[in-house]
Amino acid sequence: MSSVVVIGGGISGIQASLDLADRGIKVYLVESSTSIGGTMAKLDKTFPTLDCSICILGPKMVEVDLSPNIELLTYSEVTNVEGSAGNFRVTVHRKPRFVNESCNGCGACAERCPVEVPNEYDEGLRNRKAIYIPFPQAIPLRYTIDREACVGCRRCVEACTGQGNDAIDFDMTAEDVELNVSAIIVATGIDGYLPVELGEYGYAQFPNVLTALEFERLICASGPTGGRLEKPFDGKPAHKIVFVQCVGSRSQRLGVPYCSSVCCMYATKESILVKEHDPDSEVTIFYVDLKVFGQGFQDFVDRARDHWGVEYIRGRPGEVREHPITGDLTVWYEDTDTGIVSKKEADLVVLCSAMIPRPGNKRLAEILGVELDEYGFFKVKDPVSNPVETGILGIYVCGCCHGPKDIPESVAEASATAAIAAEVIEGATKEGQ
Amino acid sequence: MGEDLPRVGVFICHCGKNIAETVNVKEVVEYSLSLVGVVHSEDNLYSCSSEGLSKLKEAIAEHGLNRVVVASCTPRTHEHLFQHACKEAGLNPYLFEMANIRDQCSWVHLHRPEDATKKAKDLVHMAVAKARLLEPQEEPEIEIRPETLVIGGGISGMTAAISLSNQGFRVYLVEKEDELGGMLLRLDRLFPTNIKSEDLLGPRVKAAESDQNIVVHKGSRIRSVSGFIGNFEVEVEKMRGGAETLKVGTIIVATGAESYDPVDLYGFGDDSRIVTQLQFEELLSGDGLEESRTVVMIQCVGSRNSDRPYCSRVCCSEAMKNAAKMRETYPKSEVYILYRDLQTYGTSYTPLEWEAKKSLVKLVKYDAKRPPEVTPGDEAIRVRVYSPLLDEDMELEADLVVLSTPLIPREDARELSQMLKVPLNSDGFFMEAHVKLRPLDFATDGIYVCGTAHSPKEIGESVAQALGAASRAAMPMARGKIRTAAIVSVVDEDRCSGCGTCVEVCPYNAIQKDEAGIARVTAAVCKGCGVCGASCPERAITMQHFTNEQLEAQALAALGRVDG
Repeated sequence: MSSVVVIGGGISGIQASLDLADRGIKVYLVESSTSIGGTMAKLDKTFPTLDCSICILGPKMVEVDLSPNIELLTYSEVTNVEGSAGNFRVTVHRKPRFVNESCNGCGACAERCPVEVPNEYDEGLRNRKAIYIPFPQAIPLRYTIDREACVGCRRCVEACTGQGNDAIDFDMTAEDVELNVSAIIVATGIDGYLPVELGEYGYAQFPNVLTALEFERLICASGPTGGRLEKPFDGKPAHKIVFVQCVGSRSQRLGVPYCSSVCCMYATKESILVKEHDPDSEVTIFYVDLKVFGQGFQDFVDRARDHWGVEYIRGRPGEVREHPITGDLTVWYEDTDTGIVSKKEADLVVLCSAMIPRPGNKRLAEILGVELDEYGFFKVKDPVSNPVETGILGIYVCGCCHGPKDIPESVAEASATAAIAAEVIEGATKEGQ
Repeated sequence: MGEDLPRVGVFICHCGKNIAETVNVKEVVEYSLSLVGVVHSEDNLYSCSSEGLSKLKEAIAEHGLNRVVVASCTPRTHEHLFQHACKEAGLNPYLFEMANIRDQCSWVHLHRPEDATKKAKDLVHMAVAKARLLEPQEEPEIEIRPETLVIGGGISGMTAAISLSNQGFRVYLVEKEDELGGMLLRLDRLFPTNIKSEDLLGPRVKAAESDQNIVVHKGSRIRSVSGFIGNFEVEVEKMRGGAETLKVGTIIVATGAESYDPVDLYGFGDDSRIVTQLQFEELLSGDGLEESRTVVMIQCVGSRNSDRPYCSRVCCSEAMKNAAKMRETYPKSEVYILYRDLQTYGTSYTPLEWEAKKSLVKLVKYDAKRPPEVTPGDEAIRVRVYSPLLDEDMELEADLVVLSTPLIPREDARELSQMLKVPLNSDGFFMEAHVKLRPLDFATDGIYVCGTAHSPKEIGESVAQALGAASRAAMPMARGKIRTAAIVSVVDEDRCSGCGTCVEVCPYNAIQKDEAGIARVTAAVCKGCGVCGASCPERAITMQHFTNEQLEAQALAALGRVDG
């Protein structure tokens, strides 16, 4: 049996699947949401090359869709695993989409749907309908009814039949699928910490304080404002942008103690994007240590500082205050290079918050029988000698599910898991002979 | 073309708002319908979405299209998607042409929508003019030999070789030293787990050397490389004489990096009490540091400067590890780390920073504009450093000064890159095909990179890359054959005078003269760069898919000449 289950359809899971499928190994790609794409699909650009994120990810998503060796199981979760390397029996629970495979993605249903709820893909900055696709490039391009939001008016059914189709099925039920595979690859990704408990920064109190992922959607040309930098408080243009590093990371107080690896660089990227939109804008990045440890990173920071005039100040701001009438913000900080305490006016404050384990890791680890580390990330056998292997033969991890990392590291690891999974299959084939 | 009159379909992409906010897409659709040969035109929100691709396929069937033009983004990322869709609809993928109205139009003319719309029309006009003259092409098929050459027998090279062997492929592992192991032979303990370097290396050397599928060439180097994916020929030369030719399907570059020798920096070389971090690690694993009561480490020596702008990634973690070990072994010692920005990151390496702080290692930030001054004296070495935090100069009396120097490209990297015809980046490391999504591939098919040959990285990261490179190399070998692009040059035998100019100018060694003195192109090696065609004095060389006729039509369209 030469097949593999890949759990998680972000860039890591996509790459692992494509590597395996290309060489003729059958892949079941299990994704919990309605479309593959993961976090990378939400990003506007990528550092340090400023490639448009969905433009380089999109073709890979379509490749997954087109590959005859990849069976895509979206809106699905792994609920049980038995057996061992070479012969795992995996149960996948498929939630009902209430829209069947004849859906061609025309969108007539969503146009008629009267219910609006915040779209998770846009970090809640824009609404979607109760029947939806998360974003136009979604794979598979098939609508889903969010039954928690749906009021059951059935206008979507009318719209669909009006298009000469019959894709909506309110009687659809969940089903469990049993898969027999040689190896399992875990690529479930990572979450951003919502810094609500760090009251001094005013997140969730002041509308103009955003997380970096929210900002990423805001500045994206296909985002909720069409890429115009507007203050959520009043919709007026934002010119003064402050980024705060290490929000809830490298912290012994609240949040997590480790460095989240990617924030210095994505903040640098986002500040360049602000400057590209409006060269007259004022951009400041507050940092603790500037992490430039990757290829081309120092150059990137130099470009932001010297060419674009982005200001880097060493220090962790103590407090963000909001003007009650204008909604504008004041950031109080100590510049630890000079010891001077000062303040800075800001239209938007972007919190580069810690990358934290997904809450679902615990349950999945139990199902797989693998360990998590002290923070709740998947634990590898040994970070030096066996960086993508778990304690169980035949189960491998790649990407951010075992700690924060950037896209190329995730992609390299994804290929690494594909190699070891192929080794397991080759070993099993040899034994069978 | 005769009976096959062009029936061109044009698809204009909005790319969400990326194009549509600047370019008047509807106007471009209208315009394209006025062009000779165009029988259908439509616009899509995202032509590359699965909805857009289905519409394209439907239109091919419905309107009997025999040429397709998509005006959207860049062919670099999207051409193969549209070609695939054409193929699924029964159209030869070489009957497809793309116009880049985003990167070359809407993005660069953001604030001039009217001019951008006009330019988008011109770009579509050019694409249609060329599309009318496109011909179907067959892609050459290449057999892939299921054997790999791995260059470099360090931890990366050995890991890649063992994985490929386990996947059922034969591997030649070439190491220039007489011993496998590379940089790890010089290290004592490895962070973050503190395992002995030899405990990682030992089993891997044994596994590589005892593996029946792995042929190890020690004390050997690569002398020449020819051929192409599936069929490389590599001459391997023994340092002590003798050479052998290997035939392989794929090649992995795992040649590692070297440690920078900080000659002339901070008095290194003049005083035995000033050492590199690597030398310090060797000292630390023996005894003899009892006398060194105060150790001062300086970070970023020879890196993050104008000569070498990159951060070497591993030095902060390495310094933390050695500093903590020094404090632990010699509790009376004092250890200072003078740093610019601490580069300990992630869940594996940040803890090294806490360990160092817990063992009372003193971290002092310095300002790159006012670097530390090191003055050797008879009793001690005086280190003066300005601390921006305290806004004062600190004076330290050091018994030992340790310089953290970067990993730098191997001396022979350039030579090897020329043999393999793969690029180096501006820092001198091997450069991958795409920074984000193809970190292990070279742009040249069949050649891959891993480990510190690519850029400084941790050992675990190198191991992961090595396994990843093993997957990338295994993919074409597992398939057994692949198809390559048909964009190659073709020689008109009747016109060729045998002058040999093309043979000389071809950067890929794709052209040879046959017995009759006529130029012959090996299609699988040809990358379609067109240098031969441009140089041929007899105009005997045609670039398939980029013929003179097609390019001329495109140029005339750009100049606004009426369609012929």
